[in-house]
Amino acid sequence: MRLKITHETSYCYDPPAQGLVQSLRLTPSVHEGQRVADWTISVSGGQRGAAFRDGAGDWIEGWSVRGPVQEIVVSIAGQVETRDTAGVLRGHRETVNPLVYLRPTAATRIDAALRDLALSEQGEDGLDLAHRLAAAVARAIAYEPGVTEAHTTAAEALALGQGVCQDHAHALIACARERGLPARYVSGYLHSNAGGEPHDAAHAWAEIHVGSLGWVGFDAANACCPDDRYVRLGSGLDADDAAPVRGTTFGSGEESLDVRVQVEEMEQ
Amino acid sequence: MTIYYNEMVDGGLVREPYAMLSDWIETMPAEIRQMKQAEAEALFRRIGITFAVYGEGGDPDRLIPFDMMPRVFLQGEWRRLERGIKQRARGLNAFLRDVYGRGEIVRAGRIPAPLVYRNAAYEKAVVGFVPPRGVFSHIVGIDIVRTGRDEFHVLEDNCRTPSGVSYMLENREIMMRMFPALFRNNRIEPVDQYPELLRRTLASVAPAKCEGEPTVVILTPGHYNSAYYEHSFLANLMGVELVEGSDLFVDGGFVYMRTTQGPKRVDVIYRRIDDQFLDPLCFRRDSMLGVPGLMDVWRSGGVSIASAPGAGVADDKAVYTFVPEMIRFYLGEEPILNNVQTWTLWKDDDYRYVMANLKDLVVKEVHGSGGYGMLIGPRATKAEIEAFAERIKADPGNYIAQPTLALSTSPTFVDEGVAPRHVDLRPFCLCGDRIELVPGGLTRVALREGSLVVNSSQGGGVKDTWVLSE
Repeated sequence: MRLKITHETSYCYDPPAQGLVQSLRLTPSVHEGQRVADWTISVSGGQRGAAFRDGAGDWIEGWSVRGPVQEIVVSIAGQVETRDTAGVLRGHRETVNPLVYLRPTAATRIDAALRDLALSEQGEDGLDLAHRLAAAVARAIAYEPGVTEAHTTAAEALALGQGVCQDHAHALIACARERGLPARYVSGYLHSNAGGEPHDAAHAWAEIHVGSLGWVGFDAANACCPDDRYVRLGSGLDADDAAPVRGTTFGSGEESLDVRVQVEEMEQ
Repeated sequence: MTIYYNEMVDGGLVREPYAMLSDWIETMPAEIRQMKQAEAEALFRRIGITFAVYGEGGDPDRLIPFDMMPRVFLQGEWRRLERGIKQRARGLNAFLRDVYGRGEIVRAGRIPAPLVYRNAAYEKAVVGFVPPRGVFSHIVGIDIVRTGRDEFHVLEDNCRTPSGVSYMLENREIMMRMFPALFRNNRIEPVDQYPELLRRTLASVAPAKCEGEPTVVILTPGHYNSAYYEHSFLANLMGVELVEGSDLFVDGGFVYMRTTQGPKRVDVIYRRIDDQFLDPLCFRRDSMLGVPGLMDVWRSGGVSIASAPGAGVADDKAVYTFVPEMIRFYLGEEPILNNVQTWTLWKDDDYRYVMANLKDLVVKEVHGSGGYGMLIGPRATKAEIEAFAERIKADPGNYIAQPTLALSTSPTFVDEGVAPRHVDLRPFCLCGDRIELVPGGLTRVALREGSLVVNSSQGGGVKDTWVLSE
């Protein structure tokens, strides 16, 4: 598919901020499943600073805005050619050893219920086990927006039995790590769900490292592996570590935020 | 019975390096000695050097006892130590370069992968980056004990931000002020070039984007930190700014410091704050001590950080056991300085041996420091040993064990005159375009008779350390 993505985030500060610094992980990864045809990032009134590809293969850009700042708009516009690799991340250049992704974080810390869930499945090999764990997480946590929030942990979401893509990914990561499989959080975009309904928000899923195949994506929220409807941005140990935008604002003002995401399929 | 090496007396004779000191002691009347001791304490107090060494905790305003009797090395002894220390610093930096790059030592099966990649001090954000000149740890503090005339062992490595160098400098300063004749009559190698060597080392790792003379700063967590005195002391002697996180900011891919003349670009940050607090955009989000955006600038070559984030993976007590292997693997050399024999309790054989011999061993936590959280078998009661065994059983991977070392003694002033007391040594090796080591270091002394614990929190003091010229 050829997907056209527009993603605008506006931040308002009242009273105006004295300045801000952001670290953006908002550029699609380079791998066999996607090719960037065109991509621009801009931050209104901002200055682009540091830019580099990190050890996990993510392209990172540092931006700074001098104060006073009343409003900024982070705008992403681009087109990405995607193809279905059945979730397998191939041709992705990275140097972080997979063992690093066995490390627990606050959001993915295991508890008794998560451990039970992780141990409830048996697989013929790592890949089979990963599929079964993804299915088990999908069954255990119903998709229900508005119940959980940004700081909900995997354990809390499982106890609630409800959540959104972030919670599914966290729970799956916790279960996979418990079974000795390195797992990480991936942020990106999704064109439409299995029913064909357009997805108008940023999306997230998990990747699990299975033996010979390497990293394979699992979207427990949609009970599938990422295909050509998905655009991958970057990864981390959990949602916080993989956040597409990390920022610090100087000043005491209130921040309000408005996000618009549109992923459209282009005519061939 | 354990025989301890006495650095002053060997085979019934006073060793050459201590010969003139022996005369000096014998001819000094007791009243003069007491007066001098009081003078030294007053000087230390006036300078305000009261911080705890190595983050040991305890009362930050407590004065660490200073012993006027210097610890002395002969030129030949020191040259061998120097070669060993520099070799070790090169090996440790080669290891850091490797494990944040291709990980050849792991691929070669010379060090277990989980020990590196699952180590809490291993920073994912550093992977794939090579800092200027390939140096990760710019100031390596290596703790050394002596167990015989020619036997030296490394107790631990400190690759992050080893403290204590201000004691090395102040101890010398005070000795020279109080006993100028000693320095006139003996050829003692100077240590006061350390601040200038440190400044040159830091300037030599300025990033390629640096224009003109590099601007170096020391980044401190602030005056509540137990080593704040050292931070300001070094900044003063180097002639560089001492800054806190809020004095720095990131703009357009560089780091600037706020000054009365406007923003000034900073090229090298000698940071004395922990990795986790360096940059809230990369590490702890709640850190108020760091500089937002600093890691992005570092990784894109806009600023240098000494030591590099993630350098701590080379100095934990489990990785320590592999340092001799690093030296062989990267340098193709045999280690000049020995490690202390170490049993790692996650290995079944080691575990069985240690549990059966706790009464003879010293057991330490892998990430512990300051002499806390450890068991000294020969000095522990049966109940203490049993209680510690339970802690080990709960998490064997968290412990290592070593034999109780026969630390050498050095003559030390005590109430009754002069008596042997156990000592260790921390030299400070500088790594930049060159590897430099000033002839000396910080000698810590266990002031209690028979004590082997030199930590200042447990009755330790400090001494001036002399290296005699030829």
